[in-house]
Amino acid sequence: MITRISSEKLPELLQQISEQEKLYIPVDKSDKLSVYEEYAPGKVMSLKLNTLRSAKDFFFPQVQPMAKFRMEGKKIEVMDQRTETEDYCIFGVRACDVRSFDVLDRVFLADPVDTYYEDRRKHATVVSFACSEPSETCFCHSFGIDAAKPDGDARMWIANGNVYLEGITEKGEKLLQSLDLAALGAAADDAAVQEVEAEQQRVHEIQKRMPLYSLKPTDNRDKELEIFNAPIWKELSDKCLGCGSCTFVCPTCQCFDIEDFDSGHGVERYRCWDSCMYKDFTMMAAGTPRKTQLERFRQRFMHKLVYYPIRNDGIYSCVGCGRCLRRCPIHMNIVKVMKAMEEDA
Amino acid sequence: MQDELIKRACDLLADGTVNRVLGWSAGDFFYDITPTVFESAEDVKKNFVYNDFCGANLSKYLIAESQKEGKIAVFLKPCDTYSFNQLMTEHRLVRDHIYAIGIECDGKVSAETLHDAGIHGILNVQKDGDELVCQTVYGEKRIAFDKAEDERCRNCKSRKHVVYDELLGPEGEVLDSHRFDEVEKLEAMTPEERFSFWQGELSRCIRCNACRNVCPACTCELCVFDNPKSGVFSKAASNDFEDANFHIIRAFHVAGRCTDCGECSRVCPEHIPLHLLNRKFIKDIDTLYGDYQAGETEGQMSPLSAFTEQNDAEPSIVQKGGIH
Repeated sequence: MITRISSEKLPELLQQISEQEKLYIPVDKSDKLSVYEEYAPGKVMSLKLNTLRSAKDFFFPQVQPMAKFRMEGKKIEVMDQRTETEDYCIFGVRACDVRSFDVLDRVFLADPVDTYYEDRRKHATVVSFACSEPSETCFCHSFGIDAAKPDGDARMWIANGNVYLEGITEKGEKLLQSLDLAALGAAADDAAVQEVEAEQQRVHEIQKRMPLYSLKPTDNRDKELEIFNAPIWKELSDKCLGCGSCTFVCPTCQCFDIEDFDSGHGVERYRCWDSCMYKDFTMMAAGTPRKTQLERFRQRFMHKLVYYPIRNDGIYSCVGCGRCLRRCPIHMNIVKVMKAMEEDA
Repeated sequence: MQDELIKRACDLLADGTVNRVLGWSAGDFFYDITPTVFESAEDVKKNFVYNDFCGANLSKYLIAESQKEGKIAVFLKPCDTYSFNQLMTEHRLVRDHIYAIGIECDGKVSAETLHDAGIHGILNVQKDGDELVCQTVYGEKRIAFDKAEDERCRNCKSRKHVVYDELLGPEGEVLDSHRFDEVEKLEAMTPEERFSFWQGELSRCIRCNACRNVCPACTCELCVFDNPKSGVFSKAASNDFEDANFHIIRAFHVAGRCTDCGECSRVCPEHIPLHLLNRKFIKDIDTLYGDYQAGETEGQMSPLSAFTEQNDAEPSIVQKGGIH
């Protein structure tokens, strides 16, 4: 069932959700920046194509406190920093970012379950937001994602001066049912369904005219060693500056490090994002990080396009959000790597 | 101009002056420019690009490239030549292995600025007088060229090539820029306002290190922030102050050596105006020790390396006793 309300009622819709549970929406901080923030009356939802940082931060924040240690004499006190999260709603997540949650789930919710992630994940209701104006850096369709019909617990379209809402999961239906949509002048008729279909059609037509429309990943699961040893990596990695921009803006990158911070009064143990592009990556107990940028660069893309699919039924660890295309200081990105792989294969 | 550069690159490869050429190439969009080493004329003809989006400073790539066998030709825009000189001064380049060609620059634009201005689905961009005409899937969009330019180009300090083996086009002149205007705005703030400005900006830092890795002045083999034995090693902020700490230490480290090339702000994925930290140092150095432009000439001594007790602007810091 698709429910239609006037887009003028969007602020009231947000207000209603925020009365049910904690609500996060994308907000424009400037013409350059949109970020997720907790909703407060008066805050306007960003209609930008996407947030600068991905929505993975909700479940896998850059810094996650884990434990505190305090030592008195020969006694060490260990204080768990885990707190049970309350239910909350993330509103306005784009189709690419929604798919990234599936990619992350297969890592963090696999045995042994990462309880920090699980806690944040299970309390969240994700309301996705269909794209109406995709950009040339978008290639989610390459990974079978429909920008015009995103997954999530519920989805939303904004078109023709209306907001259209559809529940998908039990959690999403429950959220929608908890709202007084009738007070917002809601209608759920056949016309609403047709209007949404027309909107989807319109967006699909736009996508066909994008430069990356024909980009398709190649299933290279049976060519792991061949691609690992291919000559392409030297030329591609020569240009890489070895910074971590791509990994940190990426919605599916999930590597982390665990560090201790000496606060002077004790030790605070936290985990933080790490990047396989860094030279000290994996320099833990064994002290054997990958020595060259070629190895580091290769690892990142092999992981996304070959290793991850091998372990996850052919699913790629890229959702085509295009953030790395926009953020890489030298524009060396996964699209260029996919094309080089294809030419080489 | 691109054709002229391609021809020159091919000639230099053909007559054996160089065995490689450092320039730019593009990917699926004419704007996704990647610094590239070309090894054959064929490759140059096929892939070499020089357009309004070639903002990347190639000087830093020469640290590794000039260590290799044979000579490499490099195309340097005026501001890149300042970085080149500074790297020479710091003995980071093998000069005999480099053939530097100065090329004209009318300011560079970045696709990010176009996206930020709400221009999406870009298929092509052409310059039309003072405007950029963008063909997009949503129709034609126009934007003033200076609006699409990087800040560093809007406030260009110099169009003069301060070092080259050969010039394609004029040598250029130092410009009368307004680059300190933004610094003055910060100086006019109260300490509380300034603190809150920087806290707002730096709190967005994701510690991706793009600013450091692109910076031609950051050439340490092992950065203190990557060295577990340094005492300041960290991969992320464990408290509110650490991101500020990273940027302040970095700004101090490049003070007197930063040429104000603006790469740090160009590459910041969080759009933090990092150049303002460095530019404040430059302005202070100018005020305290007399005008100084890092990279203006090879071998020049930075005021922060050359000062003595006689001309020290803050003599209270260097005291009698202690190490004396």
